[in-house]
Formats: sequence, C-alpha cells, structure tokens
Amino acid sequence: MSDAGTAPGLRAWLNTDTPRSRLQARSISAWNAWQTLSSNALAMVGLGIIVLLIMMAIFAPLIATHAPNAQDLAGRLRPPGWQGHILGTDELGRDIFSRIVYGARVTLYIVALVAVTAPVFGLIVGTVAGTLGGWTDRILMRITDIFLAFPRLILALAFVAALGPGIVNAVLAIALTAWPAYARVARAETLTVRRSDYIAAARLQGASTLRIITGHIMPMCLSSVVVRVTLDMAGIILTAAGLGFLGLGAQPPLAEWGAMISTGRQYLLSHWWVATVPGIAILLVSLGFNLLGDALRDVLDPRAASK
Amino acid sequence: MTSTNIDDPRGLGRARIPPSRGRSSRGLARAARRVASFVFSLAVTLFGLLLVTFLIARVVPLDPVLAVVGDRATQAQYDAARVELGLDRPIPEQFVRYVGDVLTGDLGTANLTGQPVLKDIGRTFPNTLELATFATILGIVLGIPGGVVGAVYQGRWPDQVIRVVGLLGYSMPVFWLGLVALLIFYGTLGWAPGPGRLDVTQQFTYEFDVTRYTGSVILDSALSGAWDVFRNAVAHLILPAAVLGYFSMAYISRMTRSFMLEQLGQEYITAARVKGVPEWRVIWVHALGNAMVPLITVIVLSYASLLEGSVLTETVFAWPGLGLYVTQALFAADFNAVLGGTLVIGAMFIVLNLLSDILYTIVDPRAR
Repeated sequence: MSDAGTAPGLRAWLNTDTPRSRLQARSISAWNAWQTLSSNALAMVGLGIIVLLIMMAIFAPLIATHAPNAQDLAGRLRPPGWQGHILGTDELGRDIFSRIVYGARVTLYIVALVAVTAPVFGLIVGTVAGTLGGWTDRILMRITDIFLAFPRLILALAFVAALGPGIVNAVLAIALTAWPAYARVARAETLTVRRSDYIAAARLQGASTLRIITGHIMPMCLSSVVVRVTLDMAGIILTAAGLGFLGLGAQPPLAEWGAMISTGRQYLLSHWWVATVPGIAILLVSLGFNLLGDALRDVLDPRAASK
Repeated sequence: MTSTNIDDPRGLGRARIPPSRGRSSRGLARAARRVASFVFSLAVTLFGLLLVTFLIARVVPLDPVLAVVGDRATQAQYDAARVELGLDRPIPEQFVRYVGDVLTGDLGTANLTGQPVLKDIGRTFPNTLELATFATILGIVLGIPGGVVGAVYQGRWPDQVIRVVGLLGYSMPVFWLGLVALLIFYGTLGWAPGPGRLDVTQQFTYEFDVTRYTGSVILDSALSGAWDVFRNAVAHLILPAAVLGYFSMAYISRMTRSFMLEQLGQEYITAARVKGVPEWRVIWVHALGNAMVPLITVIVLSYASLLEGSVLTETVFAWPGLGLYVTQALFAADFNAVLGGTLVIGAMFIVLNLLSDILYTIVDPRAR
C-alpha cells in the first residue's frame, strides 16, 4: 500500500504486518476484505441498493410525498406524474411512490426477522451435529435432510394457512423451511476444524463441549453462513413477496410490495403501473442482495474464488 | 469431502466414488445395499412429510367438527360427529389412522369441489406436469449452452452478459414477470392468448370431443385428432412455460458454468489439447461430457422445484394445475384438499430428489 506512508494513524494501524492485539488483527482482516470487496463494481452497486433500502426505511416519513394510506377516491388510478404523484395512484387513490417507500420497512422487517432466526438455528444444529458426531449427528442430519427435501413454498403455504395469514407467521414459515441449508454449511465447516490442534488444546485446558462449540467452532462457520444468508436474502424476499401476492403475508392496508402487485393485477391491462412498479422495487432489492452475496462469496470463501 | 461449495450445499458437484471397487458378486451386494438404503431414506422422508402435514392439520385454529356439523348443531350432534371423525382418540392413534388412510389412497373429500381429493389431484396434476416439463426443456436448451459459453469466456463480455441475465432471473418475482409478460404479449401486442388453459370455445370441444387418455390436454387432443384444441392448448402454454423456463435457465446456466470451470481446469483437458483434439471437441465433448454427470442432478432438482414453484405462475395465468388448486383450497379453508396437494407435491419432490441420487450413480462410470 503506497498511501500507507501519507496517512499515518488509522491507515498505518490497519496496514501493519504485525498486529499488536486481537482487535487490530480482526480490524486488519476486515479492512482487507473491504478492500477486495470495494474494488468490485457490481458488489458496490449491490451494497448501494441495500444501503438505499435501509435509508428509505429509516427516513420513510421524510422521503414519502404522501401518507401511505391516505385515500383519494376522486384521484384513483392516475398515471405516473399526475399532480405530484411521482409513480401515480392505486385503486384507492393512494400514492404509489409513498407506499413503496413505506414498503421498504416491511421488506426490511421480514429480511431482518428471517436473518436472526433461520441461520442461528441452522448454525446450532450444524455445529452440534458436526462436533458431537455419532448418533446425534446421524439423527440431526436425517431431520435436516427431511426438511431439505420438502418443497419450500408449498410447506410455507401450508404453515401460513395453519397459523393464519400475517407477516410474523409468514416469516416463521420461511424460517422453518430455510434453516436446513445453514445446518449443512455449518456442519461441513465444523468437520474441517473439529480435529484441529487448537480445539484439542482448548479441550485439554478443560473447556466444556458447549464452550468449544460456541467459542471455538461457531466463529469458524460464521463467514460461510453469512455468505449463504446474503445469497438467500433475495430468495427470502421473493418468497415473502409471493406469500404477500397470494394474500398470505402482510395484510391490508399495510404497504407490502407483493400485496401491492396482487391488487394491481386487476387493473393490469388498463392501468399497468399499479402492478408493475412495486415489482421493480422487489427486483432491485433482491438484485442488490444477489450482487453483494456473489461478491462476498468471492471475498470470504477463498475456495469458491479460486475456481 | 468436507469442503462444501457455497452454491451447492448438497454437494452436487462432488464426485461420489464408492470406497471398494469389487466386481461381480460384491458389486451386486453393493447394488442391493444401495437399493435398500434408497428405499429406507424414501420411507423415512415420506414419513417425516406425513408427520409434518398431520401436525399442521392439528394446529389449525379452525374446528373440523364445526365445519362438518355447522354452528347450529346441538352438543349431542357435535359430540357424535367428533366421535365419527375420530377426533376423540389420542393424537398418536389419530396419526396412525391418518397414515393408514393416506397409504390406502384416501385423502378425504374436498369441500371445494365435492369430489375425492385424489380425483381432483388426478385432474389438475397433468396440467402442472405439462407446464414444468416444457419449462425444464426450455431451461436445458438455453441454460446449458449459456453456461458453457460463460465458462469458456470466463470474465469476458459473453460471460458477464449471461451472468447478468441469470442474476436477473434469480432476482425477479416470478408472478411479476408473468404479469409483465401478459401485459406485453397479450395486452399490448396481442401475440399470445390470455390466461387459462384453453379458449372458452375450445374448452367446450375439449370437454365433449376429446378422449382423456393421459389427462394432459396437449397429448389427449393430439391423440384424438382435435387439432384446433391442440393448437390452442400449445398457444396457451407458451407464455407461462417461457416465464418458468427463464428461472430454470438461470439456475441451470449458473451450475453449468460452475461445473464447466471445474472440468476445464483438469489435466485431462490439457492432455486432450496437447494431443491436438480440436477445441470445440475438447469443450463440448470432453469437458461437457463430464460436467453432465452432476448436471443431471441439477436438472432433476430444477424440475422438482418447478413442480412446486409453479404455484405462483399458475395463479397468475389461471392455469388449472395442482398449485392453483391448493391455493384456492387454502382460501376456501378446505383442509383435505390443501393437505392432499401438499402431500402429493411433497412426495413428488422427495422422489425426484432421491431419483437424482440414483441417476448419478448410473451416469457416473466411477460409481458403477
């Protein structure tokens, strides 16, 4: 790094070959990963889209031009650009742009909720199975395989039908069908490290199995799981939108993109923008996650990158 | 063995070489063992599916007894119906009964249509099968060459173009693409017919003049010589099959690219080139031939996921398949139909999954 000399302080601290502390070593590896990632234009586009989504969700009241649920029956189904409605109005005269902005909150809520449930559960199952081995491994992996062999959307449909429609139930259904992939990835990573010397050392020092799993094995699985989560996010958004489209996800009048497409469907041939515009929002967001996930895999998973 | 490709958590691209290489009698014993383990895992997975659907039916907040007797029934009538439905028995006993019913092909009666669920499934499933089959064919025809070209031109513009087209497929909501396709090709250009399996007039001909040999509209109309119906059925199929096929293509081309890159890095490729084998032969015969082994698994899996993924497409195109049937049953709170449909789709999915494993060992000469 040539600019290491010009900027002492933080940059030199991040570029040194001899880290002095654990914090510094971690910061350096994060910095290096960021350097690789930021040189990838498509990854930055993806990251930009996701940051934009988060901004839109946080500052929704400031960005939106109208209240998301304010109806104006005299001005229903107006085309984009009509009297300050940037993207037109829907069948109840609600401003589509504002509903999309507020819809970012719903999407982000779903994504966040799935991201803190399914991967965590999969990580626990995978590391426990991989570390303990034997019958525990066999039984846990058999259960995982059963869930992996299930049709995801149909199972999610059946779950939501049983639990009743709504966002939380949709998330629960998605999480229930999404965890096996993480368990598989985590188990594979666990198998590569569980015979390592450092694990043996920890065990000799008297660390309990629980401590070895949480403190020494789980961190090794994290990067693979994170990449998998990022790559899966697009699929999760699409499944959630699909459930919303079928009327099983977010309930009206909540502005959810999938549900917006569903209502716009009735006016498709006469008022195309009502159904198509929310779809573009879904497309952009899942494209963002896909682009970032692809690049993250190259950065965090050297095996895949070398191929 | 322990390293897993992130794209590929099931390890499809991994060579599965059996440890021992004995021939004749030992090979026979191994084949028998493999069949036994196949049957065992099939049974276990199907049992798991039954258990899950049963549990779903148990947690439903709707009271199945009330659905039968109505809310005006006296307590005595209610209790009688409860006993008749077997709901007074302990849960494990109910489960055994449920498994027995399913095994004997009794999925109950659908309130939605008043027909046995199994009969409804027999009527709707061929339509789903038609859709998924044509979509998969499209996915193979476009996806494999796309993936090969992407791998050969790795990092250059053809690769980038194919990757972006594929990524768009991964990012698009299928129901939205279906709506946009309808808007453009039906609404604006008028090239394609509207939603539905047949035009109303052709539907009439189909109901009365076409013999049901297979349940598939296309095959039956061709076999009966009803060419107007046949043409109409094909015309209605093109748009939904193209929409689904796009998603199949995205998946197949991505995996083809990944497998081809793996093969092109191997030494036998260099050896073939050194021997003077023409480049097209190296790529399309030597490398693709070996990449086809894991690809077959991918194609079967993609077919399986299309069978279930067609739920949304069928809704958009008013396609009278199993997915649409399950969705409609769901909104009518018709639980026999929902569970029956889930069970059949799930079973198909599981069988195809295991079938892909078997195919693998048949195609891969090392695993023989």
